Amino acid sequence: MRIVVTILAVAALASVPLWLRDPYLLNALITTGIFVIGAMSLNLLLGFTGQLSLGHIAFFGIGAYVSALTSLGFDVGLPGGFRVVHEPWPPIIGLVFAILAAGLCGYFVGLLSFRVRGAYFVIVTISFAEVVRLVALNWVELTQGPLALTNIPSIALPLPGFGELTLRTKMQNYYLVLVVALIAYLLIARLVRSHFGRAMRGLMENETLAVSVGIDVTRTLTLAAVISAAIAGAAGSLYAHYIRIIDPEVFAFINTVTMVIMVISGGKGSLAGPVVGGLIFGLLPVALRPVMAPEAQWIAYGGVLMAILFVLPRGIVPSLAQRLTKRRSSTAALALTETGIEERA
Amino acid sequence: MTARSVAMTIEQVAVRFGGLVAISDMSFTVGEGEIVSLIGPNGAGKTTAFNVMTGFLTPSAGRVTYRDTALNGLKPHEIADLGLIRTFQRTSVFPNDTVYDNLLIGLHRQGRVRLLDAILGLPGARASERKLRQRASELIEWVGLERRAHDLAGSLSYGEQRLVGVALALAAEPSMLLLDEPVSGMNASETHRFVELIRSIRDRGITILLVEHDMPMVMTVSDRIVVLNYGRIIAEGTPDVIRNDPAVIEAYLGHGAARA
Repeated sequence: MRIVVTILAVAALASVPLWLRDPYLLNALITTGIFVIGAMSLNLLLGFTGQLSLGHIAFFGIGAYVSALTSLGFDVGLPGGFRVVHEPWPPIIGLVFAILAAGLCGYFVGLLSFRVRGAYFVIVTISFAEVVRLVALNWVELTQGPLALTNIPSIALPLPGFGELTLRTKMQNYYLVLVVALIAYLLIARLVRSHFGRAMRGLMENETLAVSVGIDVTRTLTLAAVISAAIAGAAGSLYAHYIRIIDPEVFAFINTVTMVIMVISGGKGSLAGPVVGGLIFGLLPVALRPVMAPEAQWIAYGGVLMAILFVLPRGIVPSLAQRLTKRRSSTAALALTETGIEERA
Repeated sequence: MTARSVAMTIEQVAVRFGGLVAISDMSFTVGEGEIVSLIGPNGAGKTTAFNVMTGFLTPSAGRVTYRDTALNGLKPHEIADLGLIRTFQRTSVFPNDTVYDNLLIGLHRQGRVRLLDAILGLPGARASERKLRQRASELIEWVGLERRAHDLAGSLSYGEQRLVGVALALAAEPSMLLLDEPVSGMNASETHRFVELIRSIRDRGITILLVEHDMPMVMTVSDRIVVLNYGRIIAEGTPDVIRNDPAVIEAYLGHGAARA
């Protein structure tokens, strides 16, 4: 049942560029897709460990900058008269570096803050994002500061025997984002159903008990933070190579808030939640733009968010899944609805 | 005395919270395969003693040794790795998961596979997963909760949640089990079944330390009883000795329980 829904959803998403010819809408779908990946990574922390990262955009932005700089090359002076010169490398290597760099940052942020958790983690992540934004703004030699990094090359996929395929068109980029989103989705799905996922859930539900059955808190949460940050970094890299220009505004707090809204409205702790919430709140501004004034758009946006949380307080996916499977308590049904965090939220 | 080897040694442990003395000076031992009960009036320091033995609390003085390993400074999950597992008075389950999934979480120590193997679904990880599922079913059967396996643990009755708590502790493959007031909230027949369960656990070679208020139950099940009052041990011995110890009767048991 669930597999059928998943396959149908993927097929529907894959067919979009075949019938949707409007480049503006396709563009909106691609950027939304990139943010959906970010929201999925946030959900891994917020939905499955209960830790709210309010600086999640930092990992996204670090991925964007690392990937852009890897493919553009740079020449910077360091204190003590050293110079670091880097020749441009292929963007696909930038993507790999973006994942690694963001994951590494996730490791340090996790290690620092998970000793205390909860509100402290929220504060550490906000501060982290702000520090990274200030670095991007002020280290002009490396990042061009507010002048932005421009002319970032598009991603080129190496095809053995055929040279390489540079992804220039919207359709190609759409499929790239779709594939990365699918990989991220499967990765998270496997992770949360493995015993690592169970350890995370145990910690969220009853930390004292989880510890007493031998679950290592710091290790489990740090692992979740690393994977979450790495996926966000991948999304950032896609963003940089698709938009092809990034400035420190990418670190804006509103971007994190958008991801949080996507996760909460779709349903935290459900795998499909961030996808559903992400599509709705990513595309809503696009849908509202032709029919109302800019000021009214944000009011409508907020109205829709409140309406969703009022009618479906646990988020769209868990609430609907619960209604559909009310009488069934099979494991499959639970996997869809397992938010189990209302009390902690 | 028996020739039993010693599993756990508590040596001159003291715990102070600021000016409040929870435990002033406590020393006793628990032998391998023994059922020892720690009793005493409310506030006598029983749960504090438990918290010290399981690493949730660092003693102000003294030391706890389990099978020749000093526990001072170890984190709770490291102590769990030594095979020393506890249950809790109140928070005994993962309420938003089914009983079955509770057990799978509890089997964490048995399910350690490499992260990459788990994500890629490699044969090793799958085999381990299969083993865990089977073990979870066995444990549920052992504590007699088969009919409740797919209900949310939070929806179970108090007594049933206690059983889940014990099954969770057993899932961690303990060599010694510390039970914190396991039968409080149980009716007489549930308590009776629980006593049987404790015996069957001991028969599998697991040492048991029990903190409990239910005197008839303690008297029935224990090999040895340690009586704590105001943070110090006032008596120690077999149920018969404790039953007739004037200090204990005066301090704690009263006539009704002494006849139990």
